[in-house]
Amino acid sequence: MTEAVVLDRLGLQLGGRAILRDVSLAIGRGEFVGVLGSNGAGKTTLMRALLGLVRPSAGSIRILGRPAERGNIAIGYMPQIRATLGAVRVSGWDFVASAARGERWGLPLLGAEARRQVDGVLDMVGARDLARRPLNELSGGERQRLLMAQALLGRPEILLLDEPLASLDINHQHAVVSLVKELQRDHGLTVLFTAHEINPLIGVIDRVLYLGGGDAALGGVDEVITGPTLSRLYGAPIDVVRVDGRIFVMAGAHSLERDCHGHDHGHGHDLGGGRGHGPYVRAQAAGPRGEGRSHV
Amino acid sequence: MFEYDFMLRAFAASAIVAVVVGVVGYFLVLRGQTFAGHALSHVGFAGATGAVLVGVSPLAGLVGFTLIAGIGMGLMGERLSGRDVAVGMILALSLGFGLLFLHFYTAYATQATSLLFGNILAVSASTLWALSGLGLLCLAALAVLARPLLFATLQPELAEARGVSLRLVGTLFLAVTALAVAASSEIVGILLVFTLLVGPAAAANQMTTRLPLAVLLSVVFALAEAWGGITLAFYTDWPTSFWITALAGLIYLAASLFRVVWLRRNPAQVPATPFTATDAAPALDPGDALP
Repeated sequence: MTEAVVLDRLGLQLGGRAILRDVSLAIGRGEFVGVLGSNGAGKTTLMRALLGLVRPSAGSIRILGRPAERGNIAIGYMPQIRATLGAVRVSGWDFVASAARGERWGLPLLGAEARRQVDGVLDMVGARDLARRPLNELSGGERQRLLMAQALLGRPEILLLDEPLASLDINHQHAVVSLVKELQRDHGLTVLFTAHEINPLIGVIDRVLYLGGGDAALGGVDEVITGPTLSRLYGAPIDVVRVDGRIFVMAGAHSLERDCHGHDHGHGHDLGGGRGHGPYVRAQAAGPRGEGRSHV
Repeated sequence: MFEYDFMLRAFAASAIVAVVVGVVGYFLVLRGQTFAGHALSHVGFAGATGAVLVGVSPLAGLVGFTLIAGIGMGLMGERLSGRDVAVGMILALSLGFGLLFLHFYTAYATQATSLLFGNILAVSASTLWALSGLGLLCLAALAVLARPLLFATLQPELAEARGVSLRLVGTLFLAVTALAVAASSEIVGILLVFTLLVGPAAAANQMTTRLPLAVLLSVVFALAEAWGGITLAFYTDWPTSFWITALAGLIYLAASLFRVVWLRRNPAQVPATPFTATDAAPALDPGDALP
């Protein structure tokens, strides 16, 4: 069986800046992978590359055995939620439905079958009632559900979720993570889920993909989230502290992920400054599940 | 009042324009590009006065200039968003050039007034034909464009991933907007295009969040404002454009009040769900900013 995502010596650049260099890894079908890394580490860029929106500067990307290209309906994509959505006075149903083969020319009128599909994905995320309300009257968590429904339109095999937990409180974070887990299990989806913090994903994800300093490390949480591995990715000394099943990533006295999550967006950049000079970490995922190991 | 030919032409011309601006205006409001529409009309002023100066029909100059400006703004795309100052400078510069062209062409003082504030009661048969052509072109283009345009407006990143060219769709839409602006300048004049282009759509947006209904309401409001304005002008002898702006303001106000009252009477429309707890405003991650 072909892998869901295979990166082969992949290089990615954005505006002349190297985001990833020489990264090779494979993600198996049905895997739930948490994608972590500081701001600017390239989580969004990697997703856009998988969608065919950013061309590799080196190497190749294969999605379900075929080169990454735009318009691949096998991929469902949930972009980072935009603040401007809060001003859109359009019903949730119409918002979700706009993505139903929305790339075709013509009038945005849906046939009975397409309407059933929209209702279907709304049911999958439990947002049928929610969708009757306008977007601007929904909370952030409610909007996330609609975005998730939209990503599921067309029954994709791979789901790319970009920061679904952004600015949600702990309870809502938990609800979103369990929803995604349920969808992944029930429909055999491959999920790539970016996040600022590992803790909401512990016990749910199969593996973690950590980006930093142009490199990537893929493996089990306990293999990747370690002092030595993260120190290499950040190019700065990092301590990993485990307390009561939770993991805290610290640079000096600061909890890194905590800082990233709050207002201080610049912090992560500073730490990533060692990018290009730092020691080399290469993720080499041997198999689809769990066998991947970072060579430290 | 229907015994006069000029009145019949006025009703027909404003009906064509109302349908077009009702639909175009809805998308313009949804996309948050109303200022672009306003700026396009001012660019049209320079085009129209320039055309008069060299002996071409003002409508031709209007269409030509707004179309070029619309396509130019569309191609600039994202780089123009948030550049209100740059757009505003071009807007003012265009008005300045329009004034200069009028200065050189001193024969008609009324020409300036009718360009700036419209003269719907003086629409000629040939202008009516031209408006019909423009209107049909706009509606035909929108019929092809509407689906990807809506997708690109509501979910640009996803639309792009599915193969929609945001630049192409955005440029085509601004070209259609330019034609709609030129057409509505004939009715309410360049300075008051905003009233027909944005007023009805904004009012419709207050009344409903269902998309097809909102577009329909937008058209109905535009039609009511245009025809109501002409009728009131006929009986009062006040300027048509004044009445249209007055009606547009009134309808927008009424729609806003309707929304407030309706929301208060129907709290059940905001049912409690497990997800209603207030979340912090969602924020983009600047570090992973899109190119």
